[in-house]
Amino acid sequence: MFYREAGQFKTTYRGDMTVFPILQDRIGIIVILVVAFSIPLFSSNFMLHAIMIPFLIFALAAIGLNILTGYTGLLSLGTGGFMGVGAYACYKLATVFPEVHILIWVVVSGFASAAVGILFGLPSLRIKGFYLAVATLASQFFLSWCFIRIPWLVNYNVSNAIEVPRRTLFGVHVTGPEATPQARYLVVLTIVVVMTWLASNLVRGRIGRMWMAVRDMDIAAELMGIKLLNTKLLAFAVSSFYCGVAGAMLVFLYYGSAEATAFSINQSFAVLSMVIIGGLGSLLGSFMGAALIFMLPIMLPQLMAAMGLPIQSATAEHISFMIIGALIVFFLIVEPHGLARLWQIAKQKLRVWPYPY
Amino acid sequence: MLCVKPYNWACKIFIIPFWEMWELPDIFVQTLWEGLVGGTLYSLIALGFVLVFKASGVFNFAQGIMVVFAALSLVGLHAIGVPAFLALALAAVIMLVLAISVERIVLRPLVNQPDIILFMATFGLTYFLIGFGELIFGGDPKLMITKQLYIPTGTYSIDFAGGRVELQKLDITAMVVASTMVAVLAVFFSKTRIGRALRAVADSHKAALSVGISLNQIWVIVWFAAGLVALVTGIMWGARSEVSFALEIIALKALPVLILGGFTSIPGAIVGGLIIGIGEKVGEIYWGPLFGRGIESWLAYMIALIFLLFRPQGLFGEKIIERV
Repeated sequence: MFYREAGQFKTTYRGDMTVFPILQDRIGIIVILVVAFSIPLFSSNFMLHAIMIPFLIFALAAIGLNILTGYTGLLSLGTGGFMGVGAYACYKLATVFPEVHILIWVVVSGFASAAVGILFGLPSLRIKGFYLAVATLASQFFLSWCFIRIPWLVNYNVSNAIEVPRRTLFGVHVTGPEATPQARYLVVLTIVVVMTWLASNLVRGRIGRMWMAVRDMDIAAELMGIKLLNTKLLAFAVSSFYCGVAGAMLVFLYYGSAEATAFSINQSFAVLSMVIIGGLGSLLGSFMGAALIFMLPIMLPQLMAAMGLPIQSATAEHISFMIIGALIVFFLIVEPHGLARLWQIAKQKLRVWPYPY
Repeated sequence: MLCVKPYNWACKIFIIPFWEMWELPDIFVQTLWEGLVGGTLYSLIALGFVLVFKASGVFNFAQGIMVVFAALSLVGLHAIGVPAFLALALAAVIMLVLAISVERIVLRPLVNQPDIILFMATFGLTYFLIGFGELIFGGDPKLMITKQLYIPTGTYSIDFAGGRVELQKLDITAMVVASTMVAVLAVFFSKTRIGRALRAVADSHKAALSVGISLNQIWVIVWFAAGLVALVTGIMWGARSEVSFALEIIALKALPVLILGGFTSIPGAIVGGLIIGIGEKVGEIYWGPLFGRGIESWLAYMIALIFLLFRPQGLFGEKIIERV
């Protein structure tokens, strides 16, 4: 009733291949974009800085991991490490070549991450499943060790941390202590929107279909003429690229400074749980998963206080851990295909409303 | 002194460490011993993983936190005045309750889901247990009640090749306990009714169901067995250092052990644990200084990674056959 494709004819090949073939979808996405870009006008700095910016960055990292785990079926526990590569590469590039604009380096640092990703993706040709997960753990621990032990990466800083230099865009500070949350939010939003759009085209096209064929059955895919080597390594490269950009943004546009612990194994686990809760093989799911996993620990204490259960912050943290754990199990039981599937079900209901079928 | 300039790095990597081992055999033996003990503890954690993986195909990410949780229950119960051995029994009961609730609440509704979903569920369980443990017992590290459980402490010193090798009595106990445990499990798996049922379930869920084996019951039993293994591991590890949540990350080292040994093999878990334990200790002591120390944190994974390239199914794992 509210959401139906009846009467919307596709008369050209172009029309058949658009990202959003249905009018309602197009209206919806425009509304979401308009709202997203106008949020800085009416929301507080806290909201932007503590919630929206990290949410978008983690969503991008989740998209990266989703390309690898959800679309290509290669389980990875090394996301934190790849994000770290992006952050450290961006820091090195930005300090060695300060005259080039910082946002160029944020994107370029993704390539450094992609190269490292390809290197650690090589074992995926021989092993799969949980064995591969352990192999990617190797990359996580090795990279964490590199971040701590190689002082060259932080320009021999005494504090052993990345300190973000001050940079401007159109005369407005976008990185460094003077940057307002509004400016940083708009930069993050633009990068995330563009990269999500690229990803959605990538997974719909020939490359995405190759990935999905490999995920569903790699031997059959190989028999159909898909080169496993190229496909799997490409997935690792693209995935690490996304994670790398997310990592660079995390430090340059959110934390402001970061130590190696910011890219520890816990970060990998957090992103993995976003992907699985959100839905494997769904870009929308990446956003939903990031929203749930990231916002829950922030919202929970406030929610409890609102219900008249004021608690100490330490207790709140423990309880939020418990609730996240319980929610992960709950969502897996209720909807193993993730939050994205709930949205699909909702769409179907809207399509046939007011009838049940 | 020994190395010619142009080949300096190669010499440092390939010659000097071995020369050091030869020159100071007492230190080498000490290193081996420490690696062996560390490896025993990795083996114990890996054993818990293998038990659950064999019987239910679930990659139990929560084994590490179960170790912490079991040890914390023991220490926590003792702290509120329960006698040590009663606390031990009660901790075992707590692990039984945990096993039953995991089966009821987590596993039963998720029957027949893909592996990654079950893996993720144990991941949720991990989060839950971390929060629950910290809420009840507090997050600060605690001392294991070594004396009250009559675990011997102190050291034996043995003169060896002009030097001195120190063996902790605690470590010897750990090895004895670990070997006993493996022997008991081996007998349990091969001789008893339940053990045979477990192996049948490991072979094929459907076939086991069709001959009247209750899957739910089996799952409770393996999770309880894994809980008991976790309790023993927790006591031993806690006695060596302290009981803290940091153990959970260390427990991840059981994963390369599993890769070396194969996910479904109990002897594999033991041998793999010893190889990893010795490998990383020797690597840290003799090659660590070349890389600026701390290589212990990833060496185990790298060993496993290189090993995987040559033998993807592990030392004792069943050969992977794929049908199209």
